[in-house]
This record gives sequence, C-alpha cells and structure tokens, in this order.
Amino acid sequence: MILPMGSRRTTAVVLGAGHAGLAMSRCLAERSIDHVVLERGEVANSWKTERWDSLRLLTPNWQSRLPGYGYDGDDSDGYRTMPETIRFIERYAEVIDAPVRTHTTVTSVRPGDEGYEVVTDRGTWRCRAVVIATGACAIPSVPAVAEGVPAGIRQVTPNRYRNPDELEEGGVMVVGASATGAQIAEELHRSGRSVTLAVGEHIRLPRVYRGRDIKWWMDRVGVLDETLDEIDSIERVRTVPSLQLVGSDDRHSLDLNRLSEIGVKLVGRLAGIRDGRAQFAGSLANQAALADLKMNRLLDRIDEWIRDRGLDDEHGPPERFERTRVPESPSLGLDLRKGAIRTIVWATGFRPDHSFLDLPVFDRKGRIRHDGGIVEAPGLYLMGMPFLRRRKSSLIDGAGDDARELSTHLADTLTNRRMAS
Amino acid sequence: MTTMTKPVDNGVNVEALLAAREALSQAPEAAQFTWRATCEWVNGTHSRSTVSGFFGLGEEQSHRTTFTFDADHPEIFASEDHGATPVELVLAGLASCLTAGVAAVAQNRDIQLNSVKATLEGDMDIQGILGIDSEVRNGFDGIRVTFDIDADATPDEIRAVVAQSQKRSAVYDVITNPTNISVEVR
Repeated sequence: MILPMGSRRTTAVVLGAGHAGLAMSRCLAERSIDHVVLERGEVANSWKTERWDSLRLLTPNWQSRLPGYGYDGDDSDGYRTMPETIRFIERYAEVIDAPVRTHTTVTSVRPGDEGYEVVTDRGTWRCRAVVIATGACAIPSVPAVAEGVPAGIRQVTPNRYRNPDELEEGGVMVVGASATGAQIAEELHRSGRSVTLAVGEHIRLPRVYRGRDIKWWMDRVGVLDETLDEIDSIERVRTVPSLQLVGSDDRHSLDLNRLSEIGVKLVGRLAGIRDGRAQFAGSLANQAALADLKMNRLLDRIDEWIRDRGLDDEHGPPERFERTRVPESPSLGLDLRKGAIRTIVWATGFRPDHSFLDLPVFDRKGRIRHDGGIVEAPGLYLMGMPFLRRRKSSLIDGAGDDARELSTHLADTLTNRRMAS
Repeated sequence: MTTMTKPVDNGVNVEALLAAREALSQAPEAAQFTWRATCEWVNGTHSRSTVSGFFGLGEEQSHRTTFTFDADHPEIFASEDHGATPVELVLAGLASCLTAGVAAVAQNRDIQLNSVKATLEGDMDIQGILGIDSEVRNGFDGIRVTFDIDADATPDEIRAVVAQSQKRSAVYDVITNPTNISVEVR
C-alpha cells in the first residue's frame, strides 16, 4: 500500500513528552513496541512555559521515581526549582533515548484502518495504539462569575503568572486557596501588596510531621498507593483540590493561619460578582473546619501506623496543630470598582484539553470516559490525570506504576488483536 | 461467645438514597426539581403559606398532605403574633436542613445517633428593616448554630458529620451564597 504524503506508520503514538509520556515511552521500549512521542513544544514543555518563577515541586527530590530513572543527588529531601525540574525531565528523555518529535502539534486523533490516525501539523501518523499524556492542567478553570469583573482590573491565571514585578501595584484578590493560590497570595503579600484570599474547599497539611516530610508519610503509610478499588467515590477523589503545600528550604507549612498572620485577608469562596461587587460565601468557618478535620484524620492514620509497628521511639511525638483561625465575621463583599483591587488571580484549578480527540469517548461533562486510564476505544489510553489508577497518579512518582500497568494492557491488546485477525 | 452488634439505625434509608444518587447520576434530567410555596395575606402582618406540590423525577409530585405555615410578627411590633416571624422560619429551615443532614451523614458513616438538638440564633439590627440607617442591612448580621449531639462516636467524628452536613445542605447554601430572585406581578 502506498501511504499518502506525510503519512507514517508506527505501532503506538504517545502524546506529550512530560514525565508521564516519557515513562510510557520507556515502558513501551522495554517491550520493544515501536512508537513515537509527539510533543507540541519541547520536552517538559508546560514546566518551561506555564509555571511561575518561584514555584518548586511540592514533592521532595527522592519522590520522583520514574521507570529506569530517579534522583541521584545529595539533597533527597529538597524540592526542585523549575529549572531543576525541567533539567530532570530533559535528562530522563536523554537517558531513555525517547523517540520524541518536538514542535509537533496534534490537531486530530481519529479512527484509522488499523487503529488510529494521528494528524499533526507535520504530517499524519497511523498507529494501533494512542496514549494521551498531554497533562491534566492544560486550561485554567476560571469560574463563570469572572464575566462580572469590571473593566480595568487585570485578570491572571497561574499558567501566565510569573512574578509580582509583572503585576501593577495595588491590591490583589486571589481566588482559590490550594497550593497555587496560597503560594501566590503569600508571594504577592510579601511584595508589598494587600491581598484578599477567597477560600473555598482546600486540603490543609503540615509540611513536616514527626520529623518527616508529610509526603514521606503518605508514601510510607500507603496513602499514595491507594487504588481505585480502595476508595468510596471515584468522582470525589478525582476532584479533590491540590494539597496546600509549598516546597521551600525551611520546609515551612503553608496554611491559612500563616497567611492571616502575615496580613493576608481571608474571605469565603467567591460566590458571585454583581454590579461590580464581589460576593463571598458565608461558609469560611466550615471550609476551615472540614480542612482541619481532614488533616487530623490523616495524622491519626500516621500515628496509628507508627504505633502498630512499635516505632513510636524512632519518631518525634504526635502533634496536633492549632485549628484554623478565621475572622469572626469574614467580609461578605468587596467593591471591585473602587480601585482597591487592581488584579485578580484565578487559582481555581485546571482542566485538560482533549479537544483534538475526534472519537466518541467523552462523558456528558466533556471528560474522557475511562477505567483506570483504559479508554473504551481499544488501544486508546490516558495518563497523568488525578487518581487515574491510584492516588499518586498525578505525581511524577505515580507515572511509573501507571505506565507499567497500562503498557502491559496495551501490549496484551495488540497481541490479542493480532491473534484475532 | 458471639457479640451481637445492633445495626446503626437513625431512621434514614441510606441504601435508597445511594441508589437514587446512582440512578440520577445516569439520568441527570430527572434530578431537576422545582420546589413551591404559595402565600396568602390574612390580615395585618399575618400571612399563611401553603406547601403541597413540587416537581421532580420528571413529573409532578405531591406531599402526603398539604402543610400550612402561619407567619406574623410579635406584639412589640404592634402585630397580633399569629405565627413565627419569617426570619424565624428561615432559622427553622436552616436547622431542619442541617439536622436532616446530620442524620443522613451519620447513618452513612455507621454512627448511631441518640439525640440531636440544634439551637440557632440570628442577630439583626432592625434599624435596617425600619429604614432608620441605610448602612445597616435588612438581614442577619450572622447566624450561630450550636449542636448538642449524643452519638456513639468520637467528638471529631461528630464534628466531621456536622461539617459534612453543612457542605451538603441546600438551605446552608441558600443563605451563605447569593441567589438570583425574580419577582413579577401578574
């Protein structure tokens, strides 16, 4: 058969050369499955182009174990800066010699004669399997209330935010108090701006507990390895906010108490903007109570794990942290037309961009239907999403187990289909 | 020797609720409900509201019986006090919603409730409704809810039930978040 111009064949196409796509590439290579990794920009593209300057990974250096690769420096408890993260992922691509085609933008994935056609701005690939590893954080989820923001107020999403110097002087409203919102609120406050932080649901955790990083405990106790069949509600675990953490040299905790101590003004969830006036929900106290209770349940679990193993002598004593202090009557409104707020930062989360998929695989909310990354369409896989197969699926450290299992499934699917035909 | 554990029973059919949740997640259109009330003026500040039918699960539904609620104002407002004030009915609505939520969440978490009592207070500066000071709002400055709960659970487990009840409460949401209201005259 003569292929059309620019059309090439391979067995599997991996979309995205971040840690997840590269981990899959490595697992496919181990099975000698012919494949390419298509990347719209460069390796580690979103780390290079969509992160703010001061950001460091929330996970310690040791916790970036990828198939055939890991941390080999002498600061295993430290947190990578963005340049270090980029270098780490770039070196992974080199070490595993991943077949990455950079600057190749996928415009369509559609059914093909033996599987799929992956159409790009540099020609078309025909393949039997496609692994989508384009990332969970492609498009900022800005709530509909943003339509009511008065003209003249600058609106910034975290993927475009770089540092305080880029913003105008003047007050800032940060919407969202998970890792991103809390970190940016602190940084902007320290730059001399007055900051109002709108707090919805969030997950509070101490950075260090009983002498160890909280991520170390979550790994050791087995929280991060929990799989889909161990949890009550898949919907719930896939939509929990990110942990309110920061990676820093002094390993401090970043919670609402710290932020209100330095002068960040806490208000409830941004519920609406009417006639130029922001309206905040009166639910701040309960949001704080929920986060405190949830934190304590995790600490209880860690304490129990230590006690059951008779390890209390090896670790510091159990600790419970001061409950979150919220103002007695948090402000319920803020007039955005009076000049007190010059910038709004929407730290309200992200969603993936799978708009290039011309396949009937979406649910009514536009999300890919999948069972632990296995999409209904045979040979189609998804990676790097929150709780894809286990709690750590969205972490660099979670890509390995997911890639191993999904590449096994992929290989079996290829074999079965070959036998069937 | 075997120990018999009495099953947790708060009178909430959690299985039915969970089944409904599962069914409605497959058929979201059936989850669209409309709640209704009508209200007729009686005399003075006395009015009588009636609740009977509602829409849900794709069709008209009705309560087992028609419920009426008298509302009025106390005598110190120069009224005849034929019923609770409307703002007290709001407090009652919030209390009922949170209390029902406590029962349902506790049942779902296998927590036996022995007694639950909610006490609510809403502070109001009536200079707002009397038009004395335009900077004073008409509504509550704040609402305090105190729960006294006797249950077979730890204090933190009880607090978590109460927190979850707020998270899933319709009336709590109605009060803590703005709602568009359209009023027409026929």
